[in-house]
Amino acid sequence: MRKHVSHSEGKEVVISISKLYKSFDENNVLQGIDLELCKGENLVVLGRSGTGKSVLIKIIVGLLKPDSGTVKVFGKEVDKLNKKELTDLRLKIGFLFQHSALYDSMTIRENLEFPLVRNKRHISRKEIDESVKDVLEAVGLSDTINQLPSELSGGQQKRIGLARTLIMKPEIIFYDEPTAGLDPLTSSEINDLINEVQEKYKTSSIIITHDLTCAKDTGDKIFMMMNGKFTRHGDFEEVFDTSDETIRAFFDYNFIQ
Amino acid sequence: MDTTSPQPAKYLISKSVDEFFSGISDVAKFVLQFFKEAFTPPYEYQEVIKQCYNVGYKSLSLITLTAFITGIVFTKHSRPALADFGATSWLPSLIGIAIMKALAPLITGLICAGKVGSQMGAELGSMRVSEQIDAMEVSAVNPFKFLVVTRVLAATLMIPLLVMYSGFIGLLGSFLNVHANEQTSLVTFIHGAFAKINFSEIISSLARALIFGFTIGIIGCYKGYTTTQGTEGVGRAANSSVVVIMFLIFIEEIIIVQFMNWINPGG
Repeated sequence: MRKHVSHSEGKEVVISISKLYKSFDENNVLQGIDLELCKGENLVVLGRSGTGKSVLIKIIVGLLKPDSGTVKVFGKEVDKLNKKELTDLRLKIGFLFQHSALYDSMTIRENLEFPLVRNKRHISRKEIDESVKDVLEAVGLSDTINQLPSELSGGQQKRIGLARTLIMKPEIIFYDEPTAGLDPLTSSEINDLINEVQEKYKTSSIIITHDLTCAKDTGDKIFMMMNGKFTRHGDFEEVFDTSDETIRAFFDYNFIQ
Repeated sequence: MDTTSPQPAKYLISKSVDEFFSGISDVAKFVLQFFKEAFTPPYEYQEVIKQCYNVGYKSLSLITLTAFITGIVFTKHSRPALADFGATSWLPSLIGIAIMKALAPLITGLICAGKVGSQMGAELGSMRVSEQIDAMEVSAVNPFKFLVVTRVLAATLMIPLLVMYSGFIGLLGSFLNVHANEQTSLVTFIHGAFAKINFSEIISSLARALIFGFTIGIIGCYKGYTTTQGTEGVGRAANSSVVVIMFLIFIEEIIIVQFMNWINPGG
C-alpha cells in the first residue's frame, strides 16, 4: 500500500477545478465538480463506469470543453488558452489512456520518439536514444524497442504508454483506468510502477479508476464520484468509513469478489 | 447548489436539415484548417513522402490492371462502329481523346476513391476511436498537421501522376489490340492518339486529377478524423468516404467539363 503523503495547507496547487459542468445532449455527465490537486500528490477519482471520470480529465487537458465552471492548471484557465499556450501547457502534462493508445503503425522506438522529436526539433540523435533507453528502463521493457504495439500484452502496452508519457518529463500525469482489463498481478505491477514514477520523477497525478486496489495502493487522496458529482473524499479509510449503501456496495463488490 | 447544466439548443429547422448544413459547415472549416496548417511550419516532409508512397506506389498495380483492361475493352467496343464507315484508322485518335481527356482522370479518380479514400477514412477513424489522435494532441503534437495535411497533400500530388500513368497504360492496352487487328505500328498509333489532343487539354485533365486528388484526400480524412461511435463508426467512415468522394467526383467532372467547354468551345 502507498505511503500516504500528508496534505499540507502550504502546498502548491497545480490543478484547481471549480463548479464544473458538462453534458452531452440530454445527458448531464458532470454536475458541479470541485477539486484541487497539490504538487507531488496522487489523487484518485474513483467511481463506477460511465460516471464521467474520463470526461473530467479530458476537460482538464483541453480535449473537451466544459459547459461551465473553471479548470485551472498551473494557475492558467485551460478553456481560455490559445493554441500556443495550450501546447506549452501540454508539454508539462502526461496522459496514459485506458487502452494505451499506442500508434499501432509505429514500432515502440518510433512511439517513444514521436512526441520528443516533434516538440524538441533540435534534439540530437544521441539524446533521443538516451531518452528512449531511460524511459524503457524505467518501465522495465528495454527489450521491446523494435517490436510493434500489437506484439505486446495489455500490461506491456500500458507500460509503454507510460514510457511515452515519461519521455517528455511531465509534471502532471493523468492515468485513465490504468489497471482496466489487466489480471490482478499485472494490475499490482502497474500500481507499483505508478508509485515508482511518482517518487522518481516527482510528478503529481490524477488516477481515474474503478479498481479499489488501485485506488488504495496509489492514492494519497480519493474522490468518490457518483452521477457526475463527488459524494465523498479523503483518504481510503475515510471514504469507505460510511453507512452509505451505494458506497458500501461498491467496496464489498470490489473486495469480496 | 444549482445542479442543472445549460440545456442544448433546439434545432433551427429539423434535426436532419440542421445536421446537413452543420455537416457542410464542418467540412468547410476542415478545408480552411487544411490550408492554414499546410502553409504553417513545421512541415512533416518525411510523413508526406511516406503517404505519397502509400497513395501512389501502392495503387500502381490496381491502376495498371484497370487502365490496361479499359484500353483494350474500349478499343474492342469502338472498332465495329468505326468499321461500318471504313474508318478503323481513326481508332487511335478516338482512343487518345477518350482515354486522355475523359477516361483516365475519371477511372483513376473512382478507383482511388475506393482504395485511397476508404483507407484514409478507416485508418484515421480507427486512430480516432482508439484515442491515438487524442494521444497526439495531449502530447503537444498537432494531429491535424501530421495526419490530415500529409495525406491530403499526398493524394493531391499523386493522383495527377497516377492519371498520367493510367492514360499511358490505357493507350498501351489499346495499342496492343489495334496492333493485333490492324497491324498499326507504335509510331503511327502514338501519332494518331495525340493528333487531336492539344497541350491545354492535357493540362485540363491534370487539373481535374488535382481536384479529384484533393477531394479524395480531404473527404477521406474528414470522415476518418471525425469518426464517432466505435468500430461501427470506423466502418461507416470508410463506407461514407467512398460514397461521398464518388458523388463529388461526378459533380466536379460535370462542372469542369462545362467550364472547359465555356472557356475553350472548340476543345
